[in-house]
Amino acid sequence: MFYREAGQFKTSYAADQQIFPITQDRVGVLLILAFAFLAVPVLFNEYWLKAILIPFLIFSLAALGLNILTGYAGQLSLGSAAFMAVGAFASYNFMLRIDGMPILVAFALGGLSAALVGIAFGLPSLRIKGFYLAVATLAAQFFIVWALTKFEWFSNYSSSGVITAQEIEILGYRFVSPEAKYLLVLAIVVLLALAAKNMVRSSVGRAWMAVRDMDVAAEVIGIRIMHTKLLAFAVSSFYCGVAGALYAFAYIGTVEPEGFNLDLSFKILFMIIIGGVGSIVGAFLGAAFIVLLPIALDVMVQEWLSGFLSPSISSNLQLIVFGGLIIFFLIVEPHGLARLWQIAKEKLRLWPFPH
Amino acid sequence: MSGRHIGDVILDLQNISLRFGGVKALTNISFDVREHEIRAIIGPNGAGKSSMLNVINGVYHPQEGTIVFRGQERRRMEPHMAAMQGISRTFQNIALFKGMSVLDNVMTGRITKMKANFLEQAIRIGRAGREELEHRRKVEEVIDFLEIQHIRKTPVGRLPYGLQKRVELARALAAEPSMLLLDEPMAGMNVEEKQDMCRFILDVNDQFGTTIVLIEHDMGVVMDISDRVVVLDYGKKIGDGTPDEVRNNPEVISAYLGVAH
Ligand SMILES: Nc1ncnc2c1ncn2[C@@H]1O[C@H](COP(=O)(O)OP(=O)(O)O)[C@@H](O)[C@H]1O
Ligand SMILES: [Mg+2]
Repeated sequence: MFYREAGQFKTSYAADQQIFPITQDRVGVLLILAFAFLAVPVLFNEYWLKAILIPFLIFSLAALGLNILTGYAGQLSLGSAAFMAVGAFASYNFMLRIDGMPILVAFALGGLSAALVGIAFGLPSLRIKGFYLAVATLAAQFFIVWALTKFEWFSNYSSSGVITAQEIEILGYRFVSPEAKYLLVLAIVVLLALAAKNMVRSSVGRAWMAVRDMDVAAEVIGIRIMHTKLLAFAVSSFYCGVAGALYAFAYIGTVEPEGFNLDLSFKILFMIIIGGVGSIVGAFLGAAFIVLLPIALDVMVQEWLSGFLSPSISSNLQLIVFGGLIIFFLIVEPHGLARLWQIAKEKLRLWPFPH
Repeated sequence: MSGRHIGDVILDLQNISLRFGGVKALTNISFDVREHEIRAIIGPNGAGKSSMLNVINGVYHPQEGTIVFRGQERRRMEPHMAAMQGISRTFQNIALFKGMSVLDNVMTGRITKMKANFLEQAIRIGRAGREELEHRRKVEEVIDFLEIQHIRKTPVGRLPYGLQKRVELARALAAEPSMLLLDEPMAGMNVEEKQDMCRFILDVNDQFGTTIVLIEHDMGVVMDISDRVVVLDYGKKIGDGTPDEVRNNPEVISAYLGVAH
C-alpha cells in the first residue's frame, strides 16, 4: 500500500485539523485499534496478556504522562513513579473507605490526588529550571515513597506499607480473567491517549510547547507561565496516577511504596527518551521497547549465547544494552523511535522518487 | 503615507528610569506615542532601546516614572497583561518556538483570544473544535498577508533567518494588536528582505491602523517610514521629533548620526 498525501488535498481547514489528517494514518490507527480490541484477546495467551501487554499499556500511560510534562512542557521530572504511587494508594483508600465507591471513579480520584500532589511538587518549577528542577522532583520521589511507608494509615496499617488492591468490578461484572483486565486497561489507555493527542494539538498544548521553547516570548504573547506549568504538572501527574492505579489493580495486585522507586521513574524516563520526547506515539513505542527488550535479550542469550557467556555477564547484558541505547538516542536521535518512524514515513511519501 | 489619520496619544511615558544594579539603562526618559503612528527609537548599541520596549510591555519594571496606556496609568504590569491589552512585539534576537511549525507558532499568537478550557480541548467538543477552526481562519489571513503560505507546515528551526523574522512578525500580528513593538525587525537582512519587511510594516500600519513602535539601525529606513523619532544615547533622550527635525538636531548629529556604525 502506498503511504502518501498525493491527491489528498485539504479543501478546508477542518479537514486539515483532523486528529489524523492523512488517510493512511487514520486507517492505520483504526486497524491497530480493531486488532488490539478484537484480535489480541483471542490470539495471545495468558502469559502474554498478563506479563507483557498489560504492563506495556500501563507503562505507555505513565510515559504519556511524563511526556506531557517533559516532552511538551519542557519540565524534566524524575518523580513519575512517585505520582504512580499516589494514584495507586489513593485509589486503594477510596475503595477501602467509601462504601460502594465505583472502581472507575476511584481510578479517576486516584489520578486527581496525584494531580494535586503534582501541582504541589510543581511549584518549584516556577523558580528553577532544568537540572535543579530535576533535583526537586527527585526530592518528591523520595518524599512520597517515604511518606506512604511512614504513615501507616495509607496502607491501612499493613506491615511495611503493602496493600492488596481490591477486585475490579464494574456494574456487577468482575474483571478477573487476563482478557477482561487487558480490555479494561486498553480502553482507559486509548481514551486518555486520545485526550492527550487532542490537548497537544490545541491551544493548551501550544502553550506548553511555547513555555518549553522560549518562556519569555511565551509570556509576552499572553501565556500565563505559572498557570501553564502547573497545568502540565497536574495533567501529567493525573496520567501517572491513573497508570499507578492500574498498575496496582490490574497488573501486580499487591504493591508496596518501594515498588514505585527511583528505578521505575528512570525506566519511564528512558521510555520517552527512546520512544521520542514530545510525541504521543513515542510513549507507546518507548514502553513497548523497554517492556520487550529484556524478554528479547533473554531469548537471544539462551538461544545463541548460552554456551559462550557466563551467567553473570548475560544478566548484565540487559543493562549494557540499555545504557548503550540511551546514549545512542541522546546523541544521535534525541527524538527517538517516533522520529525514526516519521523519517521512514517521509521517505515512503516520496518513494520511489526521492527528489 | 496618505489616508492615515494620526490620532491622540495612546501611550505616554513620563520620567522613566530603569537600573540594573549599578547600570543605568534608562534615565528620566519621557515620550509619547500617538494612535496609528509609526514611532521609531534610534540610538547606538547599548543606548537602552530594547530596554525601552521591555518597559512598555512589562518585561522590565522601571524604578521610577509613570506609564499611561489608553488613559490608564499602570503601576506594575506583567507581560501577559500587556498582551491582553493589545500590545504585541517581536524580539531583537529571534524568539520563536523552535520545536513548532510556522502554523503552530502563529496560532500561539492568538492564545489570548481562545476561551475553551483544557478539558474542552481534551475531548474536543463544542467550542474547543469550533474555536480552533475560527482562529485557524484568522491565522491563515495573516499567513497570506505576510506571504508565508508555502512554509506553513515547516518547523521554524529549519527556516532561514529572514523568514524566521517574518514568522515572528506573523505571530505578533495574529493577536490583532493595537500596538506593535518591533525590535530591529530588519537587522541582519539583505536589501531585498529589508524592502519586503518595510512594505509589510507600512501595510500593517496602513491597512489595520496598528500603532507601531520600531527600533531600527538603518537610518535610511527610519527616515523613510517613521512619523516621529526618539533618539537615545547612554540611556538618555537626546532628541525627539519628525525625521527632519531629528536629522538637523546638533546633539543627535554629534552623538549618533555623525559617527559611523
Ligand atoms: N536584563 C538586563 N540585565 C542587566 N543589564 C541589562 C539588561 N538588559 C539591558 N541591560 C543593560 O542596559 C543597557 C541598555 O541595553 P539595551 O536596552 O539592550 O540597549 P540597546 O537595545 O539600545 O542596544 C546596556 O548597558 C545593557 O547591558
Ligand atoms: Mg537592542
